[in-house]
Amino acid sequence: MKKAIVAVVCALTLSVALCACAGDKTEKPSQIVVGIAQDLEDSLDPHKAVAAGTREVLFNVFEGLLKPDYDGNIVPAVAESYEVLSDGQDYIFHLRNNVKFHNGNKVSAEDVKYSLDKIAGKMGDTPMIPAYSLMEEVTVVDEQTVSVHLSEANVDFPSYLAMVNAAIIPKDHEAYDTEPIGTGPFSFVSRSVQESIVLERFDDYWGNKAYLKRVTFKIVPQMDTVVMNLRGGSLDMYAHLTTDQVAQLTDDFTIMEGTMNLVQALYLNNAVKPFDDIRVRQALCYAVDRKNILELTSEGKGTIIGSSMFPSFSKYYLPELSQYYKQDIQKAKSLLAEAGYPGGFDMTITVPSNYQPHINTAEVIVEQLKEVGINAKINLVEWNSWLSDTYVGRNYESTVIGVDASYLSARALLERFYSKADDNFTNFSDPEYDALYEKVLTLTDEEEKTLCYKEMEQILTKDAANVYIQDMAEFVALRNTFEGYRFYPLYVLDMSRIKPKDIQ
Amino acid sequence: MRYGIRKGMTMIITILMVSLFVFIAFSVIPGDPATQMLGTNATSEKVNALREQMGLNRPLIIRYFQWVHDFVTGNMGVSYSYHMPVKTLLAEKLPITLTLSLLSFLMILLLSVPLGIITAKYYDRYFAKLFDIINQLFMAIPPFFTGILLTYLFGLLLRAFTPGGFVSYKSNFGAFLAYMFFPCLSIALPKAAMSMRMLKTSVLSESKLDYVRTAYSRGNKTDQVLYRHVLRNALLPVITFLGMTLADIVAGSIVIEQVFSIPGFGRLLISSIANRDYPVAQAIIAIIAGIVVVINFMVDILYPLIDPRVKQHENQ
Repeated sequence: MKKAIVAVVCALTLSVALCACAGDKTEKPSQIVVGIAQDLEDSLDPHKAVAAGTREVLFNVFEGLLKPDYDGNIVPAVAESYEVLSDGQDYIFHLRNNVKFHNGNKVSAEDVKYSLDKIAGKMGDTPMIPAYSLMEEVTVVDEQTVSVHLSEANVDFPSYLAMVNAAIIPKDHEAYDTEPIGTGPFSFVSRSVQESIVLERFDDYWGNKAYLKRVTFKIVPQMDTVVMNLRGGSLDMYAHLTTDQVAQLTDDFTIMEGTMNLVQALYLNNAVKPFDDIRVRQALCYAVDRKNILELTSEGKGTIIGSSMFPSFSKYYLPELSQYYKQDIQKAKSLLAEAGYPGGFDMTITVPSNYQPHINTAEVIVEQLKEVGINAKINLVEWNSWLSDTYVGRNYESTVIGVDASYLSARALLERFYSKADDNFTNFSDPEYDALYEKVLTLTDEEEKTLCYKEMEQILTKDAANVYIQDMAEFVALRNTFEGYRFYPLYVLDMSRIKPKDIQ
Repeated sequence: MRYGIRKGMTMIITILMVSLFVFIAFSVIPGDPATQMLGTNATSEKVNALREQMGLNRPLIIRYFQWVHDFVTGNMGVSYSYHMPVKTLLAEKLPITLTLSLLSFLMILLLSVPLGIITAKYYDRYFAKLFDIINQLFMAIPPFFTGILLTYLFGLLLRAFTPGGFVSYKSNFGAFLAYMFFPCLSIALPKAAMSMRMLKTSVLSESKLDYVRTAYSRGNKTDQVLYRHVLRNALLPVITFLGMTLADIVAGSIVIEQVFSIPGFGRLLISSIANRDYPVAQAIIAIIAGIVVVINFMVDILYPLIDPRVKQHENQ
């Protein structure tokens, strides 16, 4: 009997002792552990990366001929410079002569041609962005020069090439899906599915080398455990925190506030009743109090917007549109009466269940719409169902979601409202808007284009295409032993500029 | 022998049924791997082209038999999300879930058997009654909640471990086992409470039987009677319960993996369902079902060996 008790006690003591060992974590300032919400589940091949969460990690490993900087300008990367020939259809890229792949090979003009041909769909893949198929011919001029001929002029072309999706990859490599090789400041070391992705500093990087030796992206799928992991010390950084989570963090962290660069809106299916009536859509815009949404969901943090454009695209952004519809219950009611719904109506808001901020916004909207007699109910669906039924199938009444820009041009946020666009999931259709969109495609002058885009934004506001709400605030928490995080106008996590605090 | 064959057949049919249900379930729920892979770049045209390319447009029943055929021949396919063979993926995660299950089981044994015997032996003492109350408490709390409590108490307040600080068994096996301690404890506590209580009642009810009185009248001491006669019979129902518990732990560890951020089968299963990564989800479910069925099979086989009456009954 006594033996048994002794055995139990021994087993327990041993386990506790082992635990104690694990608790002694020595700080190594040369590496950092960053939490991310989901694993890279689409592909490690940059040309197939669909999810914003995948692109933000791969941004550290890959580069295109060009890349974005902090202010949203497009700067040379693998290319040293480029020229546009007068017709706007031909581009000549001069490559840097000191760019190496992570496998040690020098980037050649052949690699560039291979990469561009691959993203243009010439190897059998569907181009990630339809615009890539504009590249009709890529020619190797000499060892350091590549020319690209477009089937039609397109001023936004450089911004497409600055995306991770247009990364330059080595042509004699097979396993893009599992062993990515790029030219970025970090090289891929290993991944453990649903666990972590490890990157290491690339010492032969052509530009400013990274400060940290090693970056581990750790997958933390439950939002509730993020704070616990940060406080417990198993994470040093997390990039997309909400106000609630930030409130639970201690002084060990520096909190930086930025914007998510998303257009969060109550998107309306413009093809179904009653939302096919502009008066109903306007009534919804007047019924909603955006300021109140921000106050209730994020302590007032975030930027109210009035059209499909967010503030960090400062060149195209029209701040006055955010004031176009101010909450006016009387006006909303009379518009509804005019449209034939004096007593309001029932509607469903479909929201993907994995995005709490959108659910919160939808909940406030439901309450606000009650005031004008509209009885809205929320239908939570799984992300995949949202994609297939709501987004692709367009089988919904309304949905709250955030739309991001996948490249650095206003077009990324505006082209989906062209009536014939494949991704026009709101079924918005306006002849004037279509005419402007078709016109902007032919323009080459940057200023004229910007004006045109601004007009398009105004139409979306006036026509009340959707109830535009906000560009959400987001918070980055970085352990105090590190510094150097900066925001981009795109959804990326640049780890190369983060350094331990003592190093100047 | 016939008994074994019959149980074996039942086992195979169960696994086939489970995998068929999974197949049907996946075809009923909305969304598919093609939409997932294309994300917001998806258009109905692109989705269809990709479905065709992935062979998803073939009839369900053909896909099912193809899958069974491949699975039996050892080919589990390639994950849609991770682009690596499912076999490699699972081989990496299996040790995690198995360690979690087996360590919890070991804890249940170490806690419940000695404590069950002690509390039965001294059933009228105060400490045994105290154990009864504690027992009742642990039986009532589900493992995930125990997990949250343990994380808060030992992780955040006492700092005995780092919540979320899972260490891979490949990089540091000691640290890996250490991290597994609290997850295992949260699985083990309610089950140990149940099996301890079961053993106690079983011992107590056996002690009232005639053969025990006979044993005492022959001049045996308490401990001799307890260990040589009573325990052997009293353990029978407990072994059945432990068999069921082991199967339960394997399936239930999925929840605890979530609470403690352990990247084992559970997390992989949940993410593969969300991503419609069928090859991975099906393989995991088939394997878990297989483990559960095999354990039950082993208990069934063991039973007649421990208690010859079962075999006699079966043969009649």
